[in-house]
Amino acid sequence: MSSEIKFKIKRQDGPNNSPYWEEFAMPYAPSHNVVSALMYLREHPINTRGERVRPVVWDCNCMEEVCGACTMLINGVPKQSCAALVDDLAQPIVLEPLTKFPVVRDLQVDRSRMFDALRMTKAWVPIDGTYDIHVHAPIIDPKVQQERYEFSRCMTCGCCMEACPQYHPDSAFVGPAPLGQVYLHNAHPTGRFFRDDRLHSIMGEGGLTDCGNAQNCVQVCPKNIPLTTAIGGLGRQTTMQMFKDIFMK
Amino acid sequence: MVGGGLGGLWATLRIAEAGFPVALFSLFPVKRSHSACAQGGINAVLDVKGQRDSIWQHIVDTIKGGDYLAEQPPIKSMCEDAPGLIRTYDRMGVTFSRTPEGVMDQRLFGGVKNRRTAFAGATTGQQLLYGVDEQVRMYEDQGKVEKFEWWEFTSLVLDDNGACRGITAMNLETMKVKAFRADAVILATGGLGLVYGRSTMSTNSTGAAASRAYQQGARFANGEFVQFHPTAMPGHDKNRLMSEACRGEGGRVWVPKQIGDTRDPLSIPEDERFYFLEEWYPAYGNTVPRDVASKAIYKVVRHMGMGLGGEDVVYLDLSHHPREFLETRLGGILEMYETFKGEDPYTKPMKIYPAVHYSMGGLLVDYEKDETTGGMKTISPKNHATTIPGLWACGECDSGYHGANRLGANSLLSASYSGRVAGDAVAAYLKGVKETCESTPESAYEQELNRQRELNDSITRGDGSENPFTLHAELGDLMRSHVFVERNNAGLDKALEGIKTLKDRFSSVSLDDCGDWTNQSLSWARQIHDMIVLAEVIAKGARLRDECRGSHYKPEFELKIPEGKYPGDPEWDDYVAKWKANNEKWMKTTVATYTDNGPEIEFTPFDVSVLPPDKPRDYR
Repeated sequence: MSSEIKFKIKRQDGPNNSPYWEEFAMPYAPSHNVVSALMYLREHPINTRGERVRPVVWDCNCMEEVCGACTMLINGVPKQSCAALVDDLAQPIVLEPLTKFPVVRDLQVDRSRMFDALRMTKAWVPIDGTYDIHVHAPIIDPKVQQERYEFSRCMTCGCCMEACPQYHPDSAFVGPAPLGQVYLHNAHPTGRFFRDDRLHSIMGEGGLTDCGNAQNCVQVCPKNIPLTTAIGGLGRQTTMQMFKDIFMK
Repeated sequence: MVGGGLGGLWATLRIAEAGFPVALFSLFPVKRSHSACAQGGINAVLDVKGQRDSIWQHIVDTIKGGDYLAEQPPIKSMCEDAPGLIRTYDRMGVTFSRTPEGVMDQRLFGGVKNRRTAFAGATTGQQLLYGVDEQVRMYEDQGKVEKFEWWEFTSLVLDDNGACRGITAMNLETMKVKAFRADAVILATGGLGLVYGRSTMSTNSTGAAASRAYQQGARFANGEFVQFHPTAMPGHDKNRLMSEACRGEGGRVWVPKQIGDTRDPLSIPEDERFYFLEEWYPAYGNTVPRDVASKAIYKVVRHMGMGLGGEDVVYLDLSHHPREFLETRLGGILEMYETFKGEDPYTKPMKIYPAVHYSMGGLLVDYEKDETTGGMKTISPKNHATTIPGLWACGECDSGYHGANRLGANSLLSASYSGRVAGDAVAAYLKGVKETCESTPESAYEQELNRQRELNDSITRGDGSENPFTLHAELGDLMRSHVFVERNNAGLDKALEGIKTLKDRFSSVSLDDCGDWTNQSLSWARQIHDMIVLAEVIAKGARLRDECRGSHYKPEFELKIPEGKYPGDPEWDDYVAKWKANNEKWMKTTVATYTDNGPEIEFTPFDVSVLPPDKPRDYR
């Protein structure tokens, strides 16, 4: 076993600077993940040329693959760096920022476009107010709940957007994750009252029909969310909606 | 609104609904807040399991679980309002797990005998957080809420009378500090686990924001009461939580009876296993409260030398359950165990050990008692007000509800409930506000801005020899060595000395990054300083409190329950008399006031009118 952990990291000082590669090596210790290794390197920021450099910038929070913050390309694959175990990775471990979002600095990117999409698609269940009205949501079939639960675990991490060939800075495509959220909320017994609004939001430019059916999204989703099921289901829902819009006019 | 976890988002919703504009500040997109890490569930008496569960029992369990160290009227109101909160979450579309007939399911948790915990698989916190995150996004879409994500709260702006009139915050991209006017400020900035280096907490749960308010005059209460969660996977970057739901769903904690038994755990026969929680606490078994379980595991490992392979771990065993059952009830976290440990928890017992998990203490908050109900007034500007006028606190950064030990699944409840109450309190305050922040002179903001800019400059210009990341590691080692599950005064003195040294060393900190774009080193260095300040509050409170209560365990002052004796035995009565005498002295809130020479601490009485402490806790 190697006595070192080697990294090749794509760095960029700011949004308008050119990227460059920098290599680092650190002492091997068992059960490191990429974030714990980056934490070691920020305390000892010395590259393989022996120069003391500015610590690598990246985003992280929960460290248990549930907040979505630390997503990056690891050996070319988008995933959460906290859950990427060094012992499972070929070295040098190549770290790059996600390519579909603007780089803020080094491995940190700006994913606000994803959150904007949640807003645009009205991915919520409107309620009268956050006070108690003394009733629960209507009874929900446990099978429906189970299916919804799969989608409600989406942490807006961006892996599916990174892997999607249709989603990039120059396209208007809303991307797989927000579509999953539309599907989630349309399946709720009262959320469905507002499905027309959500469906209309994905029926125009950049909407559902921009999906090229590459099915990369389900391959890379760290939570195994059946995004293509959502996209297929929304295909049927939008078709119905189209007829409804024509005949109900 | 500073902080966008459950507490912050609830408060935001309530204030926006009352018709007041809200500016919501967060270090990162609010959807990534630490509330997402809560796993097992949220307590509310729905009584859907035919156990005749009652709100009164929830109140009793919470007060006793906290070892009688909390103001009781707010606990009463929280437990009464819990079912309504769950119903509201349900309407928001939260994917609570269902029974076969489609109603909300409930599971068992620690420190209680009834199934009272509503849950969404094993990612309940994430689901609740997303529920309120979506509601806030809806209000954002309607222009009622403005988010300032990637902004770090750096300080309060106080006027000449010491009232809070806004905040300063640092943009984490440009590193520029700006002042923001506000008629009211709420902190919902979460826990402080990072003070211990490694914990179950997220990397942003440093407690720095609460520390900054404390350094500006807000009182900090019960700092020494830090919860050690009994079942976490040890790791060198973080201790990952294995939910109490594992025990609630029948998980058993054990070690081999034979010290040094290296057999595969599955090949060890039942009668050669030591199920110590079941043996020592037959009434509650594996679902004793967290403080009790953590102390027991610590005892088995450190005092009896029975840790697995001589290491600091014991088994948490679910392997007797069918895979399908575990997948639907606990899938989310078992997946995590498998990812990080590389072992299959469905067929092999997990290896766990106590880890720092939650801070019962926090910013001291007030409330208005409703004399007719004995609870807290539903709406009052006094609720969740800190000792600084114009500043409120809710969620884990406040000191309410949990006393000396928090019951599992009460944190999602208190975060949600306190957020709602604090939001209502601020809305009520705003309706009656006479002098708005517009009357505060610009100079108050400029003065505070200058102080912050100078602080940043002095850190980035520092050319000493201290590395902020190394200081943090050392702080964590110190706290885990001396202010952990078991404490003694000699060790606490060492901790206090060590903290003083770290404080001095901080003044020679130097950064490897002195730039002005997304400088994480600067932000971290500032937080380290504030963590050291909180560490001193925790250690000093622990040093002064010469007793055992909840999570604070000092064996030299332990009042032991007489073995084999129960109510009716004279030895029991004698024990109760001693326990009451101890309560006279120590059943007080620890209140810390900041001074440049360290915290000044006093002990103050509180309201125990709901359940006067007549019976000691006994989980045998």
